[in-house]
Amino acid sequence: MRFEDLLIPKPEGLYCPPGDFYIDPVKPVSRALITHGHADHARSGHAAVMASQQTLDIMAIRYGEDFTKTRQTAEGRTTVGDVTVSFHPAGHVLGSCQIAVEQGGTRAVVSGDYSRVANPACAPFEPVDCDLFITEATFALPVFNHPPPSQEIGRLLDSVREFPERAHLVGAYALGKAQRVIMLLREAGYDAPIFIHGALQRLCDYHIEQGIPLGDLRPATMDKAEAKKLREAVVIAPPSAFASPWVQRFADPVISFASGWMQIRARARQRGVELPLIVSDHVDWPDLTRTLEELNPEEFWITHGRDDALMRWADLTQRKARPLHLVGYEEEGE
Amino acid sequence: MKAFAELLTRLAFSPGRNAKLAHLAHYFRDVPDPERGYALAALTGNLDMGTAKPALVRGLVADRVDAELFAMSYDYVGDLAETVALIWPTRQDPRDIGLSEVVEALTGSGKVEAARLIAGWLDALEASERYALIKLVTGSMRVGVSTRMALTALASNGTVPIEEIEELWTGFVPPYLDLFAWVEGGPKPEVLARAPFRPVMLSTPTNEDELAARDPSEYAAEWKWDGIRIQAACEGGAARLYTRTGEDISHSFPDLVERMQFTGTLDGELLVRRDDVVAPFGDLQKRLGRKSPGKALLNSHPAALRLYDVLMWEGKDLRGQPFDARRAALENAVAQMNEPRFDASPLLEFATWDDLAALRANPPDPVIEGVMLKRRDSVYQAGRPRGPWFKWKRDAMTVDAVLMYAQRGHGKRSGFYSDFTFGLWDGEMLVPVGKAYSGFTDEELLRLDRFVRNNTTERFGPVRSLAPKLAVEVAFEGLNRSTRHKSGVAMRFPRIARIRWDKPVEEADVLDTLKALLPPET
Ligand SMILES: [Zn+2]
Ligand SMILES: [Zn+2]
Repeated sequence: MRFEDLLIPKPEGLYCPPGDFYIDPVKPVSRALITHGHADHARSGHAAVMASQQTLDIMAIRYGEDFTKTRQTAEGRTTVGDVTVSFHPAGHVLGSCQIAVEQGGTRAVVSGDYSRVANPACAPFEPVDCDLFITEATFALPVFNHPPPSQEIGRLLDSVREFPERAHLVGAYALGKAQRVIMLLREAGYDAPIFIHGALQRLCDYHIEQGIPLGDLRPATMDKAEAKKLREAVVIAPPSAFASPWVQRFADPVISFASGWMQIRARARQRGVELPLIVSDHVDWPDLTRTLEELNPEEFWITHGRDDALMRWADLTQRKARPLHLVGYEEEGE
Repeated sequence: MKAFAELLTRLAFSPGRNAKLAHLAHYFRDVPDPERGYALAALTGNLDMGTAKPALVRGLVADRVDAELFAMSYDYVGDLAETVALIWPTRQDPRDIGLSEVVEALTGSGKVEAARLIAGWLDALEASERYALIKLVTGSMRVGVSTRMALTALASNGTVPIEEIEELWTGFVPPYLDLFAWVEGGPKPEVLARAPFRPVMLSTPTNEDELAARDPSEYAAEWKWDGIRIQAACEGGAARLYTRTGEDISHSFPDLVERMQFTGTLDGELLVRRDDVVAPFGDLQKRLGRKSPGKALLNSHPAALRLYDVLMWEGKDLRGQPFDARRAALENAVAQMNEPRFDASPLLEFATWDDLAALRANPPDPVIEGVMLKRRDSVYQAGRPRGPWFKWKRDAMTVDAVLMYAQRGHGKRSGFYSDFTFGLWDGEMLVPVGKAYSGFTDEELLRLDRFVRNNTTERFGPVRSLAPKLAVEVAFEGLNRSTRHKSGVAMRFPRIARIRWDKPVEEADVLDTLKALLPPET
């Protein structure tokens, strides 16, 4: 069979004709299979949703219990229409999965977003043998060469100790990155209370419910006088909070941001960051190309991110590749 | 290289002077010799090891990375050193490489050898260290650190006053072992340099009210010229021009250096002067930062010194003498030099403060910023003591402008919209004419912040575009022509003097009003 008979790009997202479902559709559809809970991949309004239990829980937290009419938890191999689907850990955020779609001995794997770096908040990426691998390409440029996250957290803690009277405000997205930063701090031996912005509360609570030990978290709702008394304080907040009056309670904070984009100085400068931390939950260039080499699929497709460098790499290594130009996935969702 | 790489990163992203000083001080405290000394040399531009050309680094990476992938990456990153540092294939056996290893090996090495060494180091380092290495070997360390700032940080680790360090600074050579030892409690080294920089005496601003309580006969007055405060030092065949922070800018002014045929240290103003006509500051700007100015520029923009004071003359230290005595020595020195490019700034005749106010209000030359007052009995004392020397500037020029863009501030203002671009009317349109970020009280800052949030029309990254609804009175010290600005003018030291909540924006000034204040074209 042709791979195009199994999966094809449509304006709504990646579509499987024999199964009659979409994977991570960006518009409401009748049946959606969702890789993970990030807002650009998991949207509300689909009639039926199939995803890992944790992704379903996260969608309910974000959109309310009525985010879909029918939900189905992905477990083992399941038949959907004329195809068999199975979900495999992607190592990206809590509950994140790759989705394998099989028919007549041909298997395609849709990566969703994924990472190869150990992350205590989720199961590690599972390499699944496949004929067609459909990969993300968020950091698909050879300049993305992310250092070990423990090293970056070490830089944060060095700065906290160097400037104990300045609160360190770390920008991190609410799902995944915030908990990742907290866990990295805990692993590095920082056991003081960590202050979190209100927008992170529910997802942090959910991680704790799921058995991820985030330690002592406190709401960052102190007033100016209390904020002034803090020593060696770390405050985690969604990046948008730095542009809101919330931040004004801190007198002379060190503004930090944990993201794979922080590897590029111009991007860090653009954000007005004083302490850029390179912490990513996507594969960087070496991990991405290593994964493609390891899986060695007959063909790979590129869903979202940068495709030009990866297409060039495919040329150089004589691999068959195709950019899908799917739209609606945000570059900044990292 | 790790500590140095982290220092560079922190310096590059630290918005405030205090944070920069702290990073430098901690680095000098924690990093051992000779590493920290070479870092100090690199930051102050005193590392003399023959620098590699960016093309060499580019060539090295071309041997290792596909040209097309490199081009895409460079296009995205926008900086050559950074692209090379990030894209360089990381090896699995990293090794720590000290600045001293780099400096010692590169000094005196040929081109081929240098390329081999640099490639070997890049192989052994990780990305942020590779970036530091490339910046180091290509000699392009732009992190906003002046010599004075680096020395201030160094001084803060011990008890030696910064002025004493500055006085001896030019005599030390990298890696400055004796300097660090001295700052940390060791013996004071002998003066080693010829024509060293002597720390400068600075003035404090004053006004009518403060002066009224003082006796005018105790003060000498002279014009304050709008050039660059300079120290010209000549000794044992060495001639140097220093800025008031001790930056050696001799290389930009060969036309002055070749005329410095005296033995001594003079304090004055660097100007561009054509015969007797002093050119506006914009003309001097064309001469600054040029490593080796061409003949045409030297002819069209001749530099000159207008002297204020003499610190040393023919081996004698005059700094302990009163101003009047030094002034007499200066006049003798000028006569003795007999060089048309060097003259003494004239003293002003006045009996009362009102006389002086009249002179100040109506100076004979547009390149005068105000008047300087110096107590006749004042010794030449490094730093900015309050009292002996005053600057009494002309009242700033002002225009009423309209706020156009806002950006969040840093440090104590972080989170508040406190950096503003303002514009003037040109027909129906506003044309941006400048940027300012000072002059607000906390209360104003809050109110402005609220105004920005409620009147944003568009956002580009950290910048917000504002509806034209708020007028501000902008004060500035001078005006230059500028081809880099859309408006054709560049303000010197603009600041928001008053927020005109009351003023309808339609009544703000037009661009032509500002242009009328420009100095005549030369
Ligand atoms: Zn994601
Ligand atoms: Zn994504």
